[in-house]
Amino acid sequence: MSRILVGPFNRVEGDLEVQLEIEAQKVTSARVNSTLFRGFESMLQGRPPSDALVYAPRICGICSVSQSVAAAQALSQIYGITPPENGQRAINLMLANENAADLLTHFYLFFMPDFARGIYKDRPWFAESQKRFKAMQGLSSARAIEARSHWLKMMGTLAGHWPHTLAIQPGGCSRSLNDAEVMQMLLYAQKLRHFLETVLLHDRLENFLSLENETDLQSWQQQHADSDLGLFLSIAADLALHELGKSDALLMSYGSFPESDGQRLIPSGVYRNGEFQLLNPSHIQEDISHANYQGDLHSSPWHQAQTPHLDNPDAYSWCKAPRLKGEVAETGSLARQVMAKQPLILNLMQRYGSCVYSRILARTLELVKLTVQVESWLQQGFSETGHFFTEPGDIVHQRGVGLIEAARGSLGHWLEVKNNRIYSYQIIAPTTWNFSPRDQQNTPGALEKALENTPLYDGETDPVNVQHIVRSFDPCMVCTVH
Amino acid sequence: MNILWFQSGGCSGCTLSFLGLEEMDLIEWSRSMQLNWLWHPSLTEHSGSETQAMLDAVLKDEIKLDIFCLEGSVIMGPNGSGRFHMLAGTETPAKELIERLSEKADYVLAIGTCAAFGGITASPPNTVEATGLQYDQNFAGSLLPANFKSRAGLPVINISGCPVHPGWVAETIGLIRFQKLKTEHLDPYNRPRFYADKLVHHGCSRNEYYEYKASAVKPSDLGCMMEHMGCVGTVAHADCNERPWNGNGSCTKGGYPCVDCTSPDFGHLNHSYQETPKIGNIPVGLPSDMPKAWFIALSTLAKSATPKRLKVNATAERIEISPEIKRKKL
Repeated sequence: MSRILVGPFNRVEGDLEVQLEIEAQKVTSARVNSTLFRGFESMLQGRPPSDALVYAPRICGICSVSQSVAAAQALSQIYGITPPENGQRAINLMLANENAADLLTHFYLFFMPDFARGIYKDRPWFAESQKRFKAMQGLSSARAIEARSHWLKMMGTLAGHWPHTLAIQPGGCSRSLNDAEVMQMLLYAQKLRHFLETVLLHDRLENFLSLENETDLQSWQQQHADSDLGLFLSIAADLALHELGKSDALLMSYGSFPESDGQRLIPSGVYRNGEFQLLNPSHIQEDISHANYQGDLHSSPWHQAQTPHLDNPDAYSWCKAPRLKGEVAETGSLARQVMAKQPLILNLMQRYGSCVYSRILARTLELVKLTVQVESWLQQGFSETGHFFTEPGDIVHQRGVGLIEAARGSLGHWLEVKNNRIYSYQIIAPTTWNFSPRDQQNTPGALEKALENTPLYDGETDPVNVQHIVRSFDPCMVCTVH
Repeated sequence: MNILWFQSGGCSGCTLSFLGLEEMDLIEWSRSMQLNWLWHPSLTEHSGSETQAMLDAVLKDEIKLDIFCLEGSVIMGPNGSGRFHMLAGTETPAKELIERLSEKADYVLAIGTCAAFGGITASPPNTVEATGLQYDQNFAGSLLPANFKSRAGLPVINISGCPVHPGWVAETIGLIRFQKLKTEHLDPYNRPRFYADKLVHHGCSRNEYYEYKASAVKPSDLGCMMEHMGCVGTVAHADCNERPWNGNGSCTKGGYPCVDCTSPDFGHLNHSYQETPKIGNIPVGLPSDMPKAWFIALSTLAKSATPKRLKVNATAERIEISPEIKRKKL
């Protein structure tokens, strides 16, 4: 048996280190470490509640709006208010914009460049992959960066700027929008559609969304093999990405995008051994047995603290280990699209489970779906007489919880106030779930488990399969530890 | 030019903002600036041992380092050990590497307020002992001493902002590329004057409300946010309302106050960010360069002359009274 330490990683948002035990060219065990600690939860203690809106987005520059939405939702419960319809739609648009921008960035800048690495120089698809996706050179990457900048102009109108807006408030949105501005934003959305249709898919978005199962997908691939997604599907088949990075954790979604009828576009729930179950948030607990903190080894977010402690011999990460009734959960696009019973993704999940292939396909599909959804919201527009903002009154509840979906999965804020000040603020981020360390039972987190049995190539010091698996979760390490 | 971008105690938000450069996509821009990226945490290819080998080569002067960018605060804790941020894959505290790389670079850029002054990451209680690279809040001298000069003879260039505007970074690097950036182009906190000699107030779309002290009272109102909502655009050094963000945005256009995120004090406010502190009815704090007595006198006069249109629209979500249409004498 040998042991290697892999790091620093790039294209993962933040600091990540992975320790691997290897035997006979296979990973036998993995330990994942987030190496940066900042202490946001203690910064918020004692501050006025509304300051959470200044601090929370700055936890993460890529999930910034998601952090704001979670904070605003927790605050809205403290004040006992909900945003008016226009305000909620504006918030949904901001969250959808950020999520789609993240999914686009992930595919082109974080995930695909690994298929342009020298190790694949003998594969039939290598020349094409290198031309399109090579880090800081790829032709498709450059076009994706340009498409992303245009898409984010919608944020200039909705949110003032991105990242780190204060436009998202417990009472709604600080910016009212008129129909002319909506028309302008519709052009930004159509510009992203144009990119996706001409570069990613070589097809209408609607055609891609109509695929119902893997057989459909395979025949689609044959007709659109030259598109970027077509190329990915060729690579995936050649490298058997459906066998790589399998996680057997349950899938979890908090639900997202509340609509005027009270329904949410993405439902909340749990997918466990092929069955759909309701999510009970009071089953969420955090375990710190292998993390650099002191306090109760296992407790609910209401009773967690963020007291660093560097002398715990079992600890190897700044990431806590969240568990749902003691079980490991995986979150992200795959969980959301399974929960939404999206036919193609549900079919892939049933066939292959959670693996590199299904996770990436779920993200791509979600990017396409969000673009169409944003267009539809903009075409419906806002009520001309309705309000964007409801003014909060006095604090009526001591506790509020914000449970939302960031691009990379379920994000929760648990806020408690006393005497008009923040008494406690606890955050569990998507990658805290996906990249959690072991718990008291020594059960590995979702990535740790997904890395087990990974085959390595001869003489690799930074195994490329490990890189694919790590990035297939679209990790955000700055959120993870905060 | 070889450029190396490193992140420590921050959120990656400055990287993500920079990636949104609108004049040119970042790949084409890098080519036109003749930049060779030795490493960027979000953009470059290699990881792990290859990255470590590259860092070693830079530290041994085998690879020239033209520009070193730090994003995020320097994490000094606990007790000066830097163990709250270890470079992944090594036993090295990030602060040690940051210090050694700074000594090798022709130009050192602190990208964002965290790297420049400590920023939000250094917010009380500052458990992690975060500081800026050459400044700790407004005090010169932190990880790097107050008299530090990079190989090209400049102090750390503080491109503060939370987040940074993509244009501020691109133009600073452009000036470096054409050897146009000199010490005299930096303000007293070593921020590039091209954006730090402006105030957020300049070009604010709410200026007419400001002139007549027609004030917003809650988010989504159209009025001036200085009197009640904590806006400090009249003292904040940045060109945010002259140089739009993400298409055509800014904080004040977005309906929320400027919180002076380019300031060395950002992250250290001792009151709510979204409320203006007052003594009696009088807001504490004056616009830059304004004598107090004059400000009070002018405000009082302006308030008594506020047109009805501005008074009504200031607390509305949409324009309720349109401006009068005036015809010139023909």
